[in-house]
Amino acid sequence: METQNLPLDLLERLSNACAVSGDESEVRKIVLEAVQPLADEVRVDALGNVLAIKHAQSQPSLRVMLAAHMDEVGLMIVDEEEGGLYKFEIVGGIDPRQLPGKPVWVGKDHLPGVIGARPIHLTTPDERKSAIATESLRIDLGPEGSKKAKPGDRAVFATPFKSVGPSLMGKALDDRLGVATLIELLRQAPPHLEFQAAFTVQEEIGLRGARVAAYALNPDLAFVLDATPAHDLPTWDGSENTAYNTRLGRGPAIYVADGTTLSDPRLVRFLLRVADEHHLPYQIRQPGGGGTDAGAIHRQRTGIPSVSVSVPIRHAHSAVSIARIEDWANTLHLMTQALHALTPEILNMER
Amino acid sequence: MDNIKDFLKQLISLPGLSGYEAPVREAIAEAWRPWVDEITVSPLGSLHALRRGQGPEPRPRLLIATHMDAIGMMVSQIVDGFIRITEVGGVDARILPGQPVIVHGRRDLPGVILQPAPRLLPPHLGEKSAIDMEYLFVDTGLPAEEVNALVRVGDLVSFAQPPLELTGETLAGHSLDNRASVAALTVCLEELQRRQHVWDVWAVATAQEEETLGGGFTSPFSVRPDLAIAVDVTFARGPGVNSDYRAFGLGKGPVLGWGPNIHPALFKVFKNLAERLDIPHAVEVMPRHSGTDAFAMQVVAEGIPTMVVSLPLRYMHTPVEVISLKDIQRAGHLLAEFITSLEADFLEKIRWED
Repeated sequence: METQNLPLDLLERLSNACAVSGDESEVRKIVLEAVQPLADEVRVDALGNVLAIKHAQSQPSLRVMLAAHMDEVGLMIVDEEEGGLYKFEIVGGIDPRQLPGKPVWVGKDHLPGVIGARPIHLTTPDERKSAIATESLRIDLGPEGSKKAKPGDRAVFATPFKSVGPSLMGKALDDRLGVATLIELLRQAPPHLEFQAAFTVQEEIGLRGARVAAYALNPDLAFVLDATPAHDLPTWDGSENTAYNTRLGRGPAIYVADGTTLSDPRLVRFLLRVADEHHLPYQIRQPGGGGTDAGAIHRQRTGIPSVSVSVPIRHAHSAVSIARIEDWANTLHLMTQALHALTPEILNMER
Repeated sequence: MDNIKDFLKQLISLPGLSGYEAPVREAIAEAWRPWVDEITVSPLGSLHALRRGQGPEPRPRLLIATHMDAIGMMVSQIVDGFIRITEVGGVDARILPGQPVIVHGRRDLPGVILQPAPRLLPPHLGEKSAIDMEYLFVDTGLPAEEVNALVRVGDLVSFAQPPLELTGETLAGHSLDNRASVAALTVCLEELQRRQHVWDVWAVATAQEEETLGGGFTSPFSVRPDLAIAVDVTFARGPGVNSDYRAFGLGKGPVLGWGPNIHPALFKVFKNLAERLDIPHAVEVMPRHSGTDAFAMQVVAEGIPTMVVSLPLRYMHTPVEVISLKDIQRAGHLLAEFITSLEADFLEKIRWED
């Protein structure tokens, strides 16, 4: 698989940027800078979505929405205590067990802080059987840290992005992988499509940006580019892992159904056909819970046929996620080929 | 030392788990070498550095022990390219999910500790349960074949969180227990360059404190000091550790230990010295085991009068321990002042006032 054309530097900048749901400006800035030269029209809407449109060069054209969310799960400071200590709340689906013992970046200036934990020496064996309560944790900016942050400021895990052998490690790969992919797809937008890129906000707290973006763009159909958990680890008792969701190294994960969307079967069949024709690896994400922006998009207006394609990542919504470079490359490749092959005919087929 | 912060950052960026201290030992030896007369390594891996006093021979000897080993993990099993781990030293498994680590295989492999999804864990572990270390994995991001070729059971796994500077001249990172004390002893050695002292000073970076106190038992046996001081970290007040009598203010000065591991006369000398020099300090009562090398050193050979000097540290045994650089400087200065105050007949002051 060709991987040399992947925008790795862009992904690194995106992964290291901080954009907790509702405060996407840092990623928005990178996105705007990247899409301005590529699109015919760029606007930022009332919620902060970036909508970038590349017009079709021929008619009749298909209006295709491609969505990737800019926001990430994180923390918000809610109260200041004496001595540079801050109380916080979780924004989005972070397992509280991921918090103790982590460095964080706080606010727009990425002030370094840490979330500590009580020393093991001062805990009892009984206490260590239970998860550490989030209420007992604080963000610590150091003894001179008072007034350096304020309630409302956001914080994220302080994880510098890195590329390790065949893998990528970083925070917020969900969904900066999708954002980077979408920017690259816009760069190569095929001229026969009305290409509607939506870099959405607030996905992690209820798919809110995508909902209004889909209304505004009013597309004929939509593809959602996201990242999805790979639970491809051994089970505790050595039994076969039948609930892996997706697996690293098996290619892009195509959604048939998740917790919020039944994908349009025409789009699923179409993606599978394109992948087969181009001998690209892919996997069907195991049906089940979870959701993407497609959950909001497909129910907008009179209904918008939608499907999601994700890069599988291990350890989503934690300090460090892991993705395979080749899965990302294959996702980009699949979507590139799919957009080239896409025609209005698809909507005349039977569902 | 001009830049103790940079030196300490270097120290905590080097591996050196209990029993495998070589990488950090070499860095310490390099820093100390210009300031001492002899450097040797003990059979268990402790670093012994002698700085001779200016008194007539035979000179009395002081040993200052700062353990250099760090807590961490060890590979216990490899399953489908995923690495199961066990602890080296006291590690609370609840701080492990999401931690960046280095697996010291045939080459160093960066990895991250994963907490498997609930569907892959025993059903009795609910979302409020801690996940025991045996269920966690290190993921190196490499294919299984490569992991099998590069990693073996028994390989070490170190924390890899880079040092982080916080406000108020504090530093966050892993292994500040007890590299911060190594830094304090380094400050002391540097200060001694400009000072006269009668006694021989043995600066020792001990091995294996976190597991067996191996260095604490054996280094004093080689050196046979007349007095021994353990410099280690203690708990700093902070989130979840507020009104605990065992905790002290971060950045409020070194802490002097008091209890059965400490010779009361030596404690008194330190206490008076800190007061006379106006060095802010606190007293830590240690009712039983001091949790330091002093526990071992005190009972070496025919017994040694020992003292414990501690540095308050937040979040001990996590990868985001927080130390005050001012406390390191003060502790180093206090040790240097103690050394220069030692006269040839000092041992006569170490009496039992019964």
